[in-house]
Amino acid sequence: MASQAASTGIGARIPRRELKRLLAGHGRYIDDIRLSRMLHAYFVRSPHPHAKLVSIDVQRASRAPGVAGVLTAVEINPRCEPFVGVALHRAGHRSAPQRLFAADSRAEAEDAAELIEIEWQPLPVVADQFQAIAPGAPVIHHGMPDNLAFDFTMEQGEPAKAFAEADVVIEEELRFERQMAMTLEPRGLIADFNPSDGSLTVIHAHQSPFQMQEIFASHLGIPEHKVRVVAPDIGGGFGLKLNVHCDEIATVVASVIFGRPVKFCVDRLESFVSDAQARDHRIKCRIGCKRTGEITAMEIDDIGAVGAYGMPMRFNVAEGMMAVVMTGAPYLFDSYRARTRSVYVNKNLIGMYRGVGMPFACIVGELLTDLAAHELGIDTVEFKRRNYRPKSALPCVTPGGQRLETVSFHECLERLVELMDYDKLRQEQRELRGRGIHRGIGIGTFCEQTAYGPPYYGPSGAAISTQDGCTLRLEPSGSVRCLTSLTDQGQGTLTAVAQIVAETLGTSVDEVSVAGNDSAISTYGGGAWASRGTAIGGEAALRASTVLKENILSLASAITQTPSDELSLANGQVINSKTGLSVISLAEVGRIGYFRQDTLPKDFDVQLSVNASFVANDKPYYMANGVQASYVEVDADTGFIRLLGQWAVDDCGRVVNPLLVDEQVRGGTVQGIGAVLFEECIYSEDANLLNGTMADYLVPMAYEMPDIVVSHVETPETSTRLGAKGIGEAGLIGAMGAVWVAVNDALRPLGARITHQPFTPERVLDALARAKPAEPPVRP
Amino acid sequence: MGDVELIGDEEVEVVATLNGKPLKRRAKARQHLADFLRQELELTGTHLGCEHGICGACTVLIDGRTARGCLTLTAQISGKSVETIEGLSDNGRLAELQQEFIARNAAQCGFCSSGMLLTAYELVQGGEKLSRSEIREHISGNMCRCTGYHAIVDAIEAVLAKGSR
Repeated sequence: MASQAASTGIGARIPRRELKRLLAGHGRYIDDIRLSRMLHAYFVRSPHPHAKLVSIDVQRASRAPGVAGVLTAVEINPRCEPFVGVALHRAGHRSAPQRLFAADSRAEAEDAAELIEIEWQPLPVVADQFQAIAPGAPVIHHGMPDNLAFDFTMEQGEPAKAFAEADVVIEEELRFERQMAMTLEPRGLIADFNPSDGSLTVIHAHQSPFQMQEIFASHLGIPEHKVRVVAPDIGGGFGLKLNVHCDEIATVVASVIFGRPVKFCVDRLESFVSDAQARDHRIKCRIGCKRTGEITAMEIDDIGAVGAYGMPMRFNVAEGMMAVVMTGAPYLFDSYRARTRSVYVNKNLIGMYRGVGMPFACIVGELLTDLAAHELGIDTVEFKRRNYRPKSALPCVTPGGQRLETVSFHECLERLVELMDYDKLRQEQRELRGRGIHRGIGIGTFCEQTAYGPPYYGPSGAAISTQDGCTLRLEPSGSVRCLTSLTDQGQGTLTAVAQIVAETLGTSVDEVSVAGNDSAISTYGGGAWASRGTAIGGEAALRASTVLKENILSLASAITQTPSDELSLANGQVINSKTGLSVISLAEVGRIGYFRQDTLPKDFDVQLSVNASFVANDKPYYMANGVQASYVEVDADTGFIRLLGQWAVDDCGRVVNPLLVDEQVRGGTVQGIGAVLFEECIYSEDANLLNGTMADYLVPMAYEMPDIVVSHVETPETSTRLGAKGIGEAGLIGAMGAVWVAVNDALRPLGARITHQPFTPERVLDALARAKPAEPPVRP
Repeated sequence: MGDVELIGDEEVEVVATLNGKPLKRRAKARQHLADFLRQELELTGTHLGCEHGICGACTVLIDGRTARGCLTLTAQISGKSVETIEGLSDNGRLAELQQEFIARNAAQCGFCSSGMLLTAYELVQGGEKLSRSEIREHISGNMCRCTGYHAIVDAIEAVLAKGSR
């Protein structure tokens, strides 16, 4: 009997189910929502990166039309201890909030803020990481000896000896400028404190309502069960909307103070100066190899400028830590030395953004191995074939401490080589070089930590839950209602959950509704970050639906007097497993289960609502992997880089929905290409942002981007029943590695190398101007 | 009320056609069209991504041509016909594009989609046979941060192919 579920269950290519609504203009994003008596917040921010408040006069401003009140650090900060919140006397970065204006409309709040009279005295500024650690640098935080926030070193094997014994040593200094996550919908929330019963509801464009429930409860001293955080439709997250921004907390405090709903939606110009930013790292790295092609050692020394403060919850050492623990993970080598430092500078806080440090690891590993392979006269693919960790060596722990269990480097590479027709492209590249056309091929191999478990955050004491949950209810009509603790900012995670439930219950996704995004309705959980939704929330859904299936079959067995082990579910029916014939419909099971329990045996226990939570107590992550290739052309006269082709092969374990997974990869890939070629927050030497508009901060648009060929290798995670790993960040990580290597491959015959991201035309031309005409470079 | 006077709040009368129906309203002189649609008429399908004319999320049709809702003052639509995502969805003229976009998951968060669909609609109305590169060029005033554009180009290509059959 053909199963209807086969068309919509696990493995089906179903578009994100919310799209029909969203593409008709029927979405309900945060700024589309209005509540009665709602005020609008606007923040007056520091115009200087580092400054002392000299005087302020808000008399005139507070009398402006529509203004309900003006709040300062004096009112706000004591209500959200211990949060480092609104600037009182000193601003540590430009745009630090100083006053909150609440008015009947955003326009009136902005107008009123114009009338404020405020005088700042600029203070000495720390603008970049090397200035921050230089002797005599101004110290940003009183009471600290210097600006060093974090310093971590690790060593495995004998790196000094291994480098000394290497036949070839390649050393590079890489620079990654600051970036924005640049969700098309900026940040926003509506805080609604009800003074009558002391309850707080926050409609929050946030990836983790549970995280924010805990933060609002603990920081504002509201009992946790009276706090509800609900995420509406969200216009992209990418990690930005996982952060804890102080203006958002202040908005919630304002609602408590005014006893009215307060909306705060960041506009784009404000987003540039107030959003958590990402990257801003300088990395020295080197690799040692034997003449025969094996890697003897790798080394990385990273320093990141994390902003004026640490980002609450996750601080901001994660990018550097991820870079040092992941570097070289796909490759066989024993000796490793790594250091990462985080330093304070008078810039925006660094926060979470797709990829978190893993692109650095990918770029370091892929650039160094590609340069080494060339130096050794070995083709880069052949070098990878020799040096990747083979399946036979698994499980293993890398020198960076990463446990690899179900990775598939060789399979992914061979698939990629076939997809892109590698040998033919190399031949084309050689021929065109003869005609003065400079094309490059780059391959980016990566591991990706996905779906963190409790060993990752737990020991730090952070209240970050890595579990997820699922509640299922058979409705009387035989359809299924699912509540998940997950959130969905566009990934399609809730669609994947519906597919898993439909598959297990032998029904169509059309019979399964899924609600998430709400801290009050489902079992406790995490939400969306670190490529976790389907891997963890999907596993919870699988477990819950397995229990519901057993309960349905047991009830059907009681109704039909058939042993339950002879029954199963398909096409919305309870069927006889042997004959495939329908025994009773789910609708009939539902009707009797809810309305005619009088017809059941006296002690029969009907349970048609079930719950399951899932967390892997002992697993810090599910390690996914993949490889990407880029084919680029560099115009040596103008410095422009054109993407001619992009191929991605990913292994995220079991693929629940190939369409959604492909599109995650494509979207991530384009963000990765944007990072390498365009995206940069340009700061002046005194730490002022110079390009805070979308006209000046370049992001990838359709015309510059290539078509992207996507393929998958499926090596299931073995510790879960579902077998899925994460995919959300893979595209970005692999693309960045591939483009870095490809551009440098194109520049190679010109004796040039580019190591300062983004690779703007100006930097390409600078690299060409610095080029050493003789090739190859001197051997050690 | 306060004793502070602010400029820009004077009202102008706007007489236009909106989604095929006559519109007669007073609007603040300084209010741009996207804010007018969203705040005064509750047509929230038109989104704001930058409010300085770059991202294309606020794209609407004015007399059949795409325009930035954030760069158009409400007062400027007098005597013109404005169409938004709501109108073009309700009258079915976007149906084919919406179907092809959805089939390919050519949207994720959906925030750019109203503008992207209207830009695509203008293109397919032309009925010309276009290369992928030409399609990409036409939609390069609309930022999508989620999809990577490939599926969007596929969807528009599919609609164009149907038209030329």
